[in-house]
Amino acid sequence: MKIFTCIKQVPGISDVKIDPKTNTLIREGIPSIMNPMDKNAIELALSIKEERGAEIIAISMGPPQAENVLLEALSMGADKAYLLTDRAFAGADTLATSHALALGIKKILKDSDSNEKYMVICGTQAIDGDTAQVGPELAEDLDIPQITYVQKFELKGDDKVIAERAFRSEEIVVIETKLPVLISVLKEINTPRFPSMLGIVNAYKKKKVVFLDAEALKAEKAYIGLTGSKTEVFKIFIPERKGEHVKLTGTIEEMVKTLCQNLKEDKIF
Amino acid sequence: MDFSLTKKQQMIRKITREFSEEYIAHIAEESDQNSQLDPTVMKEMKRMKYFGTCIPEEYGGAGLHDDTISFCIITEEIGRIDASWSITTGVHCSVVAYPLYIFGTEEQKQEFLIPLAKGDKIGAFCITEANAGSDAGGVETNAYLDGDEWVINGSKIFATNGGIAETLLLVVKTGEKGRRKEFTVFIVDANTPGYSVGVREDKLGVRASNTSELVFQDMRVPKENDLGGIGKGFRIGLQILDYGRILMAAQCVGLGQAAIEASIKYANERVQFGQPIGKFQGIQWKIADMGVAVECSRLLTYQAAWMCDNKLDYGMIGSMAKLKASEAAMQATHDAVQIHGAYGLMKAYAVERYFRDAKMAEIYEGTSEIQRMVIAQKLLRRGY
Ligand SMILES: Cc1cc2nc3c(=O)[nH]c(=O)nc-3n(C[C@H](O)[C@H](O)[C@H](O)COP(=O)(O)OP(=O)(O)OC[C@H]3O[C@@H](n4cnc5c(N)ncnc54)[C@H](O)[C@@H]3O)c2cc1C
Ligand SMILES: Cc1cc2nc3c(=O)[nH]c(=O)nc-3n(C[C@H](O)[C@H](O)[C@H](O)COP(=O)(O)OP(=O)(O)OC[C@H]3O[C@@H](n4cnc5c(N)ncnc54)[C@H](O)[C@@H]3O)c2cc1C
Repeated sequence: MKIFTCIKQVPGISDVKIDPKTNTLIREGIPSIMNPMDKNAIELALSIKEERGAEIIAISMGPPQAENVLLEALSMGADKAYLLTDRAFAGADTLATSHALALGIKKILKDSDSNEKYMVICGTQAIDGDTAQVGPELAEDLDIPQITYVQKFELKGDDKVIAERAFRSEEIVVIETKLPVLISVLKEINTPRFPSMLGIVNAYKKKKVVFLDAEALKAEKAYIGLTGSKTEVFKIFIPERKGEHVKLTGTIEEMVKTLCQNLKEDKIF
Repeated sequence: MDFSLTKKQQMIRKITREFSEEYIAHIAEESDQNSQLDPTVMKEMKRMKYFGTCIPEEYGGAGLHDDTISFCIITEEIGRIDASWSITTGVHCSVVAYPLYIFGTEEQKQEFLIPLAKGDKIGAFCITEANAGSDAGGVETNAYLDGDEWVINGSKIFATNGGIAETLLLVVKTGEKGRRKEFTVFIVDANTPGYSVGVREDKLGVRASNTSELVFQDMRVPKENDLGGIGKGFRIGLQILDYGRILMAAQCVGLGQAAIEASIKYANERVQFGQPIGKFQGIQWKIADMGVAVECSRLLTYQAAWMCDNKLDYGMIGSMAKLKASEAAMQATHDAVQIHGAYGLMKAYAVERYFRDAKMAEIYEGTSEIQRMVIAQKLLRRGY
């Protein structure tokens, strides 16, 4: 089977700042990293591969520098990697992003010319955009079932899928379906491995990232990039701080007393 | 000339840094205090091939035998977090596994190298004895041939990994022709009868690293276990140490780097006389000098590694790198403690450990005096 893992390059989270004048993310000088949950996606793919064999294909849409996160995916053990990159993809919202990814996956499936079963694994959400929309939209575009917020996953027999979905901790449901399927995983599902040194050496020596542009995907301009995006960004801003922090002092008893008083005064209880 | 690292080397640095910070940093102080290498870290480092760094994939390694710069980066990044770990992997790879790869026969590689490179077994290299420190020619542990076996008697001290090693390279006296002594390197399995581990040293620095005495009493080693030929031990031993020195230099670069990072952070945070101490020129000059010293050692270390990969004679530059890097690490960690004031003397601050770890490096793998002696001899003989 083929396992597609969708990998997004994101800015290292602790460093993200918004330019107060232009209301846009300041990206210069910020190191890029692989979206953390996408590592969980690869780890799941690797464990499936170790158990029953599979070809792991990492795919990303992004600028040419996103090659680095794909090389990291290859170092972890992905077999192949594709970067969908083109100026025409720029400015994509989640819909246009998932459309490009769907085109990529369809092309890879078509070119491989086999009737192998497949599945797609996404992270649940990206630490920058944070919408958790790309996975679901991608499943719609591919017209396959989807299970989001997956914290436990199992493949049984030929194509039986059993997944534990934890949308909220009080709402855990077990869902069964059949391949093909798209799942988006939570970080609780596993602990991603670090690539071994041999994994890195072989990624750079024996594997390579294949670049695909809009033409290669036969993408229509109306559905990709800025033109294909339905989202209109009204404003990006840092929420203003309301009220001040209050620091209580004194003995524990005194502090608890003041705290209770304050909470009562503020009608919190 | 191009000073940039390749993308692969950058990835190796990034991953090793992330790994060291996540797995080792939070227990480094504890490991130092109870002199123990953490088994979880050990297991993960084996999986990540840090015990087979400079060995080709076909012998179970990571395939960095032709990229000593990457090996340096790895050692540097581990050393930046905990020098006890970088000396453990550094010694295992550079002076045990690598010589087996370079000088070993195919049978020896199959039997001894593969388990070492996979991390299934730990290795130690033993030359130092009670009466043979800087003067390796004083080695008294000896072997005589009895039928198909060499019988070894004597003892070694200060062997890194000694107490945890299962495969050892021993430099042993195998003959004496007049005043000329002959030495041979033997590959020894620690399960051989007559082999025993003596005292485990309680040290100033790299405390979690195992440094032990080893004793051999009528230990019988198969005839075919010599590495690189009978009587070739001195030359091979020196060659092994030449290579190992580059990695010990790299470890010191990491220690120096750690000292600077801690100092910059502290100098910007600690306020005295109404301003961060980093605003005082007395502190600024220390920071500047640390930066210069560590950057010089990094350049020399990478140069030695680059020369090694390009099959150039790197002996003298390697000595220079080891000398400079260990003294730079000593200077930088010394200044780091000073910048931290009394806090720097406390176990709660890592600079206290860095300082102790750095001192070790001025002594092992050839003392600073011996490096100066070697460098001077080469310069005086060959010119510059
Ligand atoms: C309001 C808004 C406006 C935006 N405007 C712009 C803009 O003008 N220009 C611009 O460049 N970007 C813009 N973005 C960013 C961009 O639309 C999203 O970051 C991107 O579509 C992915 O969405 P996400 O980050 O929410 O991912 P999520 O849906 O949270 O990601 C879930 C998972 O989907 C997969 N995935 C997501 N993105 C990719 C990808 N690119 N490649 C492979 N897999 C992926 C990963 O597996 C990931 O873990 C905007 C985002 C938002 C929320
Ligand atoms: C942590 C640690 C790990 C070690 N690991 C190993 C290992 O794995 N394998 C191994 O075989 N050994 C190992 N050693 C031993 C180490 O290599 C020796 O301790 C070192 O070579 C110095 O020998 P010595 O201690 O006997 O000092 P000595 O040789 O007795 O030196 C004493 C002092 O005299 C100076 N001196 C000696 N000769 C001269 C000279 N000609 N000119 C000027 N000054 C001179 C020295 O520089 C030193 O300052 C290790 C040591 C330590 C501390």
